[in-house]
Amino acid sequence: MPFPDPATQSAVLLTVRLAACTTLLLLLIATPLAWVLARSRARWSAVLGAVVALPLVLPPTVLGFYALMAMGPQGWLGQLTQSLGLGTLAFTFTGLLLGSVVYSLPFAVQPIQHAFEAMGPRPMEVAATLGLPPFEAFWRVALPIARPGFAVAAVLSFAHTVGEFGLVLMIGGNIPGQTRVISTLIYGHVEAMEYPQAHALALGMVGFAFVVLLALSVIKRRAPRMVA
Amino acid sequence: MQAAHTASDAHIRLRLARAGFVLDVDLRLPGRGITVLFGPSGSGKTTLLRCVAGLERAIGVPDAHVTMAGAVWQDAASGVFVPTWQRALGYVFQEASLFAHLDVRQNLVFGLRGGRGGHDDAAAHAGLDEAVALLGIGSLLQRRVDTLSGGERQRVAIARALARQPRVLLLDEPLAALDRSRKQDILPWLEALRDRLQIPMLYVTHAMDEVARLADTLVLLEAGQVRACGPVAEVMVQHLAAGGDEAGALLEATVRGRDATWKLAEVVFDGGSVWLRDSPVLEPGRRVRVRVLARDVSLALAAPAGTSIQNQLACTVESIRPDSHPSQVLVRLRCGTATLLARVTARSAAKLELITDRAVWALVKSVALVE
Repeated sequence: MPFPDPATQSAVLLTVRLAACTTLLLLLIATPLAWVLARSRARWSAVLGAVVALPLVLPPTVLGFYALMAMGPQGWLGQLTQSLGLGTLAFTFTGLLLGSVVYSLPFAVQPIQHAFEAMGPRPMEVAATLGLPPFEAFWRVALPIARPGFAVAAVLSFAHTVGEFGLVLMIGGNIPGQTRVISTLIYGHVEAMEYPQAHALALGMVGFAFVVLLALSVIKRRAPRMVA
Repeated sequence: MQAAHTASDAHIRLRLARAGFVLDVDLRLPGRGITVLFGPSGSGKTTLLRCVAGLERAIGVPDAHVTMAGAVWQDAASGVFVPTWQRALGYVFQEASLFAHLDVRQNLVFGLRGGRGGHDDAAAHAGLDEAVALLGIGSLLQRRVDTLSGGERQRVAIARALARQPRVLLLDEPLAALDRSRKQDILPWLEALRDRLQIPMLYVTHAMDEVARLADTLVLLEAGQVRACGPVAEVMVQHLAAGGDEAGALLEATVRGRDATWKLAEVVFDGGSVWLRDSPVLEPGRRVRVRVLARDVSLALAAPAGTSIQNQLACTVESIRPDSHPSQVLVRLRCGTATLLARVTARSAAKLELITDRAVWALVKSVALVE
């Protein structure tokens, strides 16, 4: 058992689970969004781009507040989930997951969008002249060429979710085993003056952050997979 | 060449406003050989080619129409617009545009249905093998595309376009991104395609040497309009004559023989024969194209004796037109079925009393093999 106590183990595993699920969902959502933002020259796509980027500048507490309002028994999302017999999402893992997806959305969309933009229209045109229907061309050409963008998006989404705190506290509370992640556990330790425990976790986070940044710079060093 | 305009199964009628110009063309083109779209940059030739491919779309034009190789690809009247991927075409871009995440072979089979386990595997691969042989890239198949030279890349790109056996091949300045010697590497392959393939090609360029060497039919574009369209020799003397040192005639000729002593070769065309510098490619019986520049042709009323000029051709004056400088005129000469151009001073033309149908001797100082 690599963890000193069950509380730490549960928080670490929960953090990893949350970050992994968030990353997976984000890649699914961000890919079509990034494609539209990279390709469309329409005016509404500028608006869409700004909306997607909102979480970059808003304090997590603002996002958390609105998420809490929406998920609550009187909120639109809460009404929806209640009518489906799911209860409310506030202070649950699912609620936390939804919040995380919104919170990290720009970190997933923007690297993919930039990869599609850097690719330009030519590869898809080449694929069309070679007889590939659009969706197949997207699958066999755009996705492989934009792969480094996807790698960056995945790493950033995962890391950003691991590092979130304000939002978790707002919509997750700090329930052990359900919504208590590493960042809130550290906060708890500090509140309780348990500095050695806080120290161990904090140091782990520093190490994790370093590994993430190293991974990013390795991805970016790789030769860009562009059309010759 | 005469048959070229009877087999007219390509029809392009498009109108399209772009920043800086309006493309407005109505072209009927022969269903075989190389048709070169020639014009300065900004004349709309690439836009025209992209419209033919369906990569750009003229929207809201009531009579837009594209028929290529007998298939209707666009017809505004009946609401037809076949998307690019359903058009049986091959397209070669200015930059080779190979997929760097695939090796050469994977690039080549990329567009093959059979390459993904379809039932027409054998037929698909026959096209692939032929394309590989036509462009001489058999030794490159296992290479990564970023290890290829510029010329090799473009040959792979052409083979990739041909591998799926298109009914028409569209080439957008395929040599423009290459330096001179790379260009010389590829031109013979393009000539081989023209001579061996049955499909028509639309070829965009702004380089005169490519026109002289490859074109069967020439379309001159200027500011989005068609200025001329016809067999290359005709269009060149009629429309590319005025102004410029490049003005001249293009002759289709056959090598008759070589003179080893003087290192010369004689080529015959319908109208006479001329001598030019010998070259290893001038094997007797081979068909070649030669250029005779207007500035290298002088005129005499009688066959002169005691001159250093060996190439003397009996011609009749067809027309006399002012040249770019008022001191000069451009004389069009009929020589058999061929046409020559001579650039002489207006004073000489007056002194020789040149008039239409007058018999003259064209003294040709220099003949260049187009290669």
